[in-house]
Amino acid sequence: MAQSEQEILAGLAEIVNEETGLETDSVQPDKSFTEDLDIDSLSMMTIVVNAEEKFGVRIPDDEVKNLSTVKDAVSFIHSAQG
Amino acid sequence: MLLEGKKLLVTGVLMDSSIAFHVAKLAQEQGAEVVLSSFGRTMKITSTIAKRLPSPAPVIELDVTDQEHLDTLAARLGEHVDGLDGVLHSIGFAPQGAFSFLDASWEDVATAMQASAYSLKALAVAALPLMEEGGSLVGLTFDAKFAWPVYDWMGVAKAAFESTSRYLARDLGPKGIRCNLVSAGPIGTTAAKSIPGFEQLAGSWDDRAPLGWDRADPVPAARACAALLSDWFPATTGEIVHVDGGVHAMGQ
Ligand SMILES: NC(=O)c1ccc[n+]([C@@H]2O[C@H](COP(=O)([O-])OP(=O)(O)OC[C@H]3O[C@@H](n4cnc5c(N)ncnc54)[C@H](O)[C@@H]3O)[C@@H](O)[C@H]2O)c1
Repeated sequence: MAQSEQEILAGLAEIVNEETGLETDSVQPDKSFTEDLDIDSLSMMTIVVNAEEKFGVRIPDDEVKNLSTVKDAVSFIHSAQG
Repeated sequence: MLLEGKKLLVTGVLMDSSIAFHVAKLAQEQGAEVVLSSFGRTMKITSTIAKRLPSPAPVIELDVTDQEHLDTLAARLGEHVDGLDGVLHSIGFAPQGAFSFLDASWEDVATAMQASAYSLKALAVAALPLMEEGGSLVGLTFDAKFAWPVYDWMGVAKAAFESTSRYLARDLGPKGIRCNLVSAGPIGTTAAKSIPGFEQLAGSWDDRAPLGWDRADPVPAARACAALLSDWFPATTGEIVHVDGGVHAMGQ
């Protein structure tokens, strides 16, 4: 079942909040995971695995390095849900 | 079934790409009861990934470099299983500095040695109280007979790991415990991809292997681990089984 980008953003923000303690409000589309949100590679792996569970998609390892901003991740999940 | 009724500790499940994940999956499919271990910040990832196994498996904490974790392992495992028939060691770690042979510091090398080689002995001793009826230890190596591009001190650690396995075979044989290794070709796991220049190491494997080699497929290595954990190698210990498409047997 495909979700809207807004719904995905909200869900992703919850996952990021759970892993890092960052306010969900700070997880905005233009933010970079590493530079703005200060998320390291292990946290990123945790977020990816949880996102796979939550959104019912697969995010291949090789794709993860292309997901530099929150918007990249939301778009990828949105199109993966097709 | 190959592993009917066996109780196994499977270390080293990080992602569903991990070799250990595929051993755990096969083992469950073959009738085994599996307990996983993970450590530190990776515990959460392992616990999520564990739900992707055919049946959910408990995850206990074990940092193989933490003596307290090792000392309490048997008791904590005992909450899930009343004994162990086998243990998979699927653990490797080296700091980035260890992948630069001439520049590596002793600290980097020592860390690699402890986490990747000594850990086999540490894990075996920690599991021993639950293996009174004998059993099988299986670990994963990357052929340590050669100097490889970029593998550097991890390669030296693997040589120590292979030797450790032979000494464990010597000392645990009288207790009915076998210790064998699977020497796998390159597989694109998290650990492999964290090696700077993994591509260089993996690049020509498919061409050199008489059977060919698919680095995206961890199943052949996992099957060999399952076989060594089973009762089908009852008189084999201190052995290294190559699951590398045949590369180890070839000249240029
Ligand atoms: N991938 C390959 O190309 C390849 C080839 C031959 C052998 N191997 C060996 O296979 C084994 C498993 O690696 P993988 O390729 O599945 O990668 P992986 O990254 O999926 O697994 C490595 C595991 O080691 C664990 N680990 C690291 N330090 C630890 C510590 N201190 N305590 C407990 N666990 C620790 C990690 O949590 C992770 O689960 C390693 O021994 C590796 O050297 C891998």
